[in-house]
Amino acid sequence: MSLLRITSPHLSRRGNTGDVMLLVIMATLPGLAMLTWFFGWGNLINVVWASLVAVACEALVLVLRRRPLSHYLTDYSAILTGVLLGLSLPSLAPWWLTLIATAFAIIVAKHLYGGMGQNPFNPAMIGYALVLISFPVEMTSWLAPQTLSIAPGQAMGFADTLSAIFPFLSEIVLSVSDGAFDAVTMATPLDAFKHKGAVTAEEFWAAELVVSPESWKAWQLVSIGFFAGGAYLIYRKIFTWHIPVSMLAALTLLSLIFWSTDPSNFAYPELHLLGGATMLGAFFIATDPVTAATSIKGKLYYGAGIGILIYVIRSWGNYPDAVAFAVLLMNFVAPLIDHYTQPRAYGHKSTK
Amino acid sequence: MNWQPNKHLHTFHGGIHPPENKNQSTQAPIEAALLPDKLILPLQQHIGQQAKSQVQVGDSVLKGQMIAEPTGYVSAAIHAPTSGTVTAIETHALPHPSGLSERCIIITPDGKDTWAELTPVADYQQLDKSELLQHIGNAGITGLGGAGFPTSVKLNPAEDSPINTLILNAAECEPYITADDMLMRERAEEVIQGLQIIAHILQPEQCLIGIENNKPEAIEALQHAVEALQLTQLIHVERIPVKYPSGGEKQLIQILTGKEVPNGGIPADIGIVCHNVGTAVAVYRAIVKGEPLISRITTITGDAVARQGNIEVLLGTPIEALLTHFDIQQNQLHRLIMGGPMMGFTLDSVALPVVKATNCILAATNRELPDPAPEQACIRCGMCADACPATLLPQQLYWFSKSREFDKALSHNLLDCIECGACSYVCPSNIPLVQYYRFAKGEIRIEEHERTSSDHARQRFEARTARLEQEEAEKEAKRKARAEAAAASKKAKTATSEDGDKAAVDPKAAVVQAALERAKARKAQKAAAAKDTADAPSADTIVNKSATEKAKDAAPVMSAVERAKARKAARAEEQGSDSEKAAQGEKKTGGLTALEKAKAKRAQNSDVPAVQEKTQEKTEGKGLSALERAKAKRAAGNDEQSAEAASNTGSDQEAKPAKAMSALEKAKAKRTQAAAQDSSATRTEDKPLSALERAKAKRASAAQTEAPAVEQAAPAPADEAKPLTALERAKLKRAQAATGNTAESVDKRAGDNTGDSVSDSAAESTEAGSEKPMSALERAKAKRATVAQSTAENSEAAAPARTTESATESPVEKPAAAMSALERAKAKRAEKAAQQAADNSNADTDKRD
Repeated sequence: MSLLRITSPHLSRRGNTGDVMLLVIMATLPGLAMLTWFFGWGNLINVVWASLVAVACEALVLVLRRRPLSHYLTDYSAILTGVLLGLSLPSLAPWWLTLIATAFAIIVAKHLYGGMGQNPFNPAMIGYALVLISFPVEMTSWLAPQTLSIAPGQAMGFADTLSAIFPFLSEIVLSVSDGAFDAVTMATPLDAFKHKGAVTAEEFWAAELVVSPESWKAWQLVSIGFFAGGAYLIYRKIFTWHIPVSMLAALTLLSLIFWSTDPSNFAYPELHLLGGATMLGAFFIATDPVTAATSIKGKLYYGAGIGILIYVIRSWGNYPDAVAFAVLLMNFVAPLIDHYTQPRAYGHKSTK
Repeated sequence: MNWQPNKHLHTFHGGIHPPENKNQSTQAPIEAALLPDKLILPLQQHIGQQAKSQVQVGDSVLKGQMIAEPTGYVSAAIHAPTSGTVTAIETHALPHPSGLSERCIIITPDGKDTWAELTPVADYQQLDKSELLQHIGNAGITGLGGAGFPTSVKLNPAEDSPINTLILNAAECEPYITADDMLMRERAEEVIQGLQIIAHILQPEQCLIGIENNKPEAIEALQHAVEALQLTQLIHVERIPVKYPSGGEKQLIQILTGKEVPNGGIPADIGIVCHNVGTAVAVYRAIVKGEPLISRITTITGDAVARQGNIEVLLGTPIEALLTHFDIQQNQLHRLIMGGPMMGFTLDSVALPVVKATNCILAATNRELPDPAPEQACIRCGMCADACPATLLPQQLYWFSKSREFDKALSHNLLDCIECGACSYVCPSNIPLVQYYRFAKGEIRIEEHERTSSDHARQRFEARTARLEQEEAEKEAKRKARAEAAAASKKAKTATSEDGDKAAVDPKAAVVQAALERAKARKAQKAAAAKDTADAPSADTIVNKSATEKAKDAAPVMSAVERAKARKAARAEEQGSDSEKAAQGEKKTGGLTALEKAKAKRAQNSDVPAVQEKTQEKTEGKGLSALERAKAKRAAGNDEQSAEAASNTGSDQEAKPAKAMSALEKAKAKRTQAAAQDSSATRTEDKPLSALERAKAKRASAAQTEAPAVEQAAPAPADEAKPLTALERAKLKRAQAATGNTAESVDKRAGDNTGDSVSDSAAESTEAGSEKPMSALERAKAKRATVAQSTAENSEAAAPARTTESATESPVEKPAAAMSALERAKAKRAEKAAQQAADNSNADTDKRD
C-alpha cells in the first residue's frame, strides 16, 4: 500500500477549461440560429469552415511546439475562436477570407504570444480587424436578410451558399436552383445609417432606403439571440455581469446623450444596441477572460471603455461597426486598469 | 426556543460549496476509546517551544500524569493518556506535512488504565485568572480545532486588548469532518460549562457560538444547554449559512460581528477571542474534573474504511489501530489524510500517532479523491478571485509566484492567504494554486533569512574595517610624531655639532635645551594670551613684564636657563590659581620648575621688591594655588628657611579658602618637608623614595646651604648676531658663563628665543619624555656629579619644585674666565647631567603626584 503524498487541497470542482469553452460555444447557438434563419446558410458554413481551419492551425502550431495534441486541443479554445469569427464575418465571405482571418488569429494572435492564456489581444478580433482593413470590399458586402419562409425561391439554398463561399466547388456541387444566383447584398443598418449623408435620421428610417423594417427586424432578432446566449452564460457563472452591463450601459448612455441633443444626425440607442455586433461583442467578445480586466472594478472600467469607444468610432470614425476596434483598444488598456483597481484585501484598510 | 434570529449576520466575500460528505460519519454515537499496543507522544505538537520530558525510559506512569513539562511561554504540557511504562524516548516520524521526525515518548499501556491523582478545582470562580491559566497550562490544553495553539496563551491577551466578544467556533465547515458535531450533540453541557469558565477568565460582554445550518441536532442541544444553565443573556447560538470556509477564524469573526481582523494582527486586537468547542470541553474537564488533555474526538471516514464514525481517541494512538478498528480496506486505500479534504495533509504511513490537533482521519480511495488533473494554462477567468475569502487576487499571485516575482506577490498580500483551497477548488484549468502560494511563501522566507544574515555579516565587516582603519590612523599619527621628534632632535644635534666645543654634546644636553625651548615657547604663548585677554592685564602680568624687562635690563650675567626659568615662573604666576596647568606644564617639560625657580631667584636677587610685590599680590589672594603661594613665600623667604617655610606655608595655605590644592602641590610640599628634615637623601618610612628623590633631597639641602648667585649664572655670548637654535644658545650660554660674559647677549638671545622656540618645545617635550627611562641612570650620574662638584649645583630643578628659589638654576657656577677647556667641559657635562636629572626627577615627581 503506497500512499499518495500530495499537499492540500485534495478536492476540486469537476470541470475544466474545455467544459467552459463548450458551454460558451453552446451559448452562441441561439444567435447562430437567428442568423441562419434570416440570412441563410452562410454563417453556418462559415462557422464550420472557420472552426476547421482553427483546429488545423492550432494542431500545426502544437506540433511545431512539440506539445501533446489531445491535451491542448480538448480545451476547445481554437474552436471557439473559429466560431466567433464565423459569426462575425459576412455570411458570403469567401473561403480565403475566413481562412486568412482564422489562421492569423490562431497562429499570430494566440500562439505567437504563448498560447491560450498568454495572448494580450482577442484573437478573433485581431483576425477580424486584419481582414477588415485588408479586404474592405468583401467585408462590407453583407447579405440582405432573407427569411427562408418569405420567398423560398429567392432564398439561397445550401448548395448555392456553399458555392458562393467556395467558388471552386461550384462545378462539383450541383445547384438546386438552375442558373447563377446573384446574391443581394446590402449594407448593415449601421453602415447605411453612417452613410446616409444629408438625410436626417427620421427620413432615413421613413424612406427605408436601405433598411427595411424586415431587415431591421432580422438584425434585431439576431442581436436578441446573442443576448439570450449571454444571459445564460451569466447564469452559469461563466463570467460575471460586469463587463456586458457596463459596456451596454455606457453605449446606451452616450447614444442617449447625443441623440437627445441632435436626433436628426445621431442614431437612437436601439440602433446601437441591436444593430451590428453589439450584443455579440458584449457577451462573447468583450468577456473573453484572457484579454479583459480581472478585478470587479476593473471590469466595469473596461466594459465602459469599450462602450464609449464603440460609440465614438461609430459616430465619428471611418467604420460602421466598431466593436472589434473598441475591444482591441481596450485590450491595450486592460493591464493598466488591473494595476489600479486591485480590490481591498481582508484586514487591510485600503487598496494599495 | 428563544435563540436570536440570525438577521444581523454578515457574510464574507467568496467561499465555495463542496459536497459535504458528512452523513457517513454521523450515523453512530461517539465510540469509546480503544487501548492500543503503544502510545507515541511527540514532544512538539504545535508552534512554540518543545516540551521537556520529565520521565525516563523504564518509568511507569499513571493515567493523567504529566510526562513532559512546558518550556517557555508558548508551550504545553504532555500527559500520559493511560497507565503503563515508558518504553522509549526516541526520534519518531511526526504526523506533520513536513514528514520530519522529532523526539517522542513511547508508552506501552499496561491495560489497567489507572488514574493518577487528580486535582480538580472546587469552585473556579474563587480562583483568580492567573491561577486558572496555570491550571489550564498544566493540563496541557491546546486548541483542538486544528492549529493547536496553547490555550493558556490565547486566554491571556495583552493588557491593552480588552475582550468584548468570546466566540466559540462550532462551524466545522470542512467536508467529511463531524467530530465537533457529535461532541455538541452528546456533550453540549460540557461545552457550555467550558465556555462559562473561559468567559470567567476573559470577562467578555457577550459570547457567540457560530454553528453552521447543517447541524440541526447540535444547534438544538446547545440551545437546550444554554437554557438549562440560564445563560441565555450571555451566550447566543448563531446559525450561519453553510459555506466553506466559514469555520476559518477570520471569516467566522466577520460573519458574526462584521469586523475584520487587521492585517498582521490577532483577533484580540479587536477585542475578540475565538475557541473551538473541543477546547472548551477540555477546559471544563481540566478545571472541574482535574483531567488533563489526554484524549479527543476524531472522525474516521473515507470510502476506504468499511465503517465510518467518530471515536474518542487517546492521544498517541497509532492511526493503524484506529483504521483496523474501523475495518480499513487496505487495497482501496489510496490517500490517507489527517484533517479534511480541503486543508488536511497526507500521511506517509499508518504508524503515525494521533496528536492533539487531529480532528479527522480521511482514508480515501482513488475514486473519492482522484489524482489531480494535469494543469492547464490559466485563462484568467477570475473565478478564483470570486471564491477567495480573503479578497485576494489569486490570479495575480499565481502569475507572480510562477515567475518568481516575490516582491510583487508580497505587495499583493500573498501572506494574507489562509491556504483554504477555495481558489484551486474552482479553478477550471486545474491549477494547483495553493501549492504555488506555499512555494512562494517558502522562497520568500528563505530570501528573508538570507537577507538578514547577509546584513548582519555586512555590519560586522564594516565595523571591523572601521576598527582597522582607526588603528592604522593611530599608528600613522604615532609614526609621524616620532618622525618629527627624530627630525627635531637631529636638527638640534647638527646645530650643536657645528660648534667645536660642543662636539661631544650628549643627547641629554639636547634634551635639556629642548626643555628650555619649550619653556620659552610657553612663555611666549602666555605673553600672547595675556595680550589677548579682555581683562586689564593683571598686576602679575605687569609685574612679570616688569620683571622680564628688568631681567632684560639687568646687567647681571644670567644663563639662558635662568632667564627661561624666570619667565616660566612669571607665566606660572599669570596662570593664577590654575595649578594644574602648571603641573601639566611641568610634566611636559621637566625644566619648567627650574625656570620658575630661576625666575624667582633672579627676581629675588635682582629685584626683590618686585618679587615681593608679586608675592604680596599673590598672597593677597586671587585664589592662587598653594603652589603659587609656596613659590611666592619661598621667593620672599630665605633659602634655608624657605623649604620649611614653604612647607609651612603649604600647610597654611591649606587652610586658606583657595582653590583646592592639587595633589601635586601637596606631595611636593610633603617632599619638601621630608627633604628639609632629612638633609641626607634617605628613604623615609612613609614613602619609599627612589634614588631620584634622594638625589633631589641631597641637592635641595645642598642648594639651601649655599646661596648661588643668580648673577653668576648667565654667560652672555652674544657674539653671533644670527638667531641661534635653543640648543646652540644654551651651549653658548654655558660657555659664556664659564668665560663670564655679559648678560646682555643672553637677554638678546632670550628675547630671540621667545619667538622661535615654539616649534622646539614639542621636540623638547618629546625628548624629555623619551628620556624618562634613562632617568634612574641619569639620576645616579647626577648624584655623582653633584657630589663631585658641589659648586656645580644643578638647579634645584631637581629639588621638589619651587622649594628653593634661590638655590637653583644656573648650572653654571664657575664664573672663572680662566677655566680651562677641560674644566669647562666637565662643568658643562655636570651641569647637563644635573639638569637632566633634575628635569627627569621633576617629571617623575610630577607624574607620581
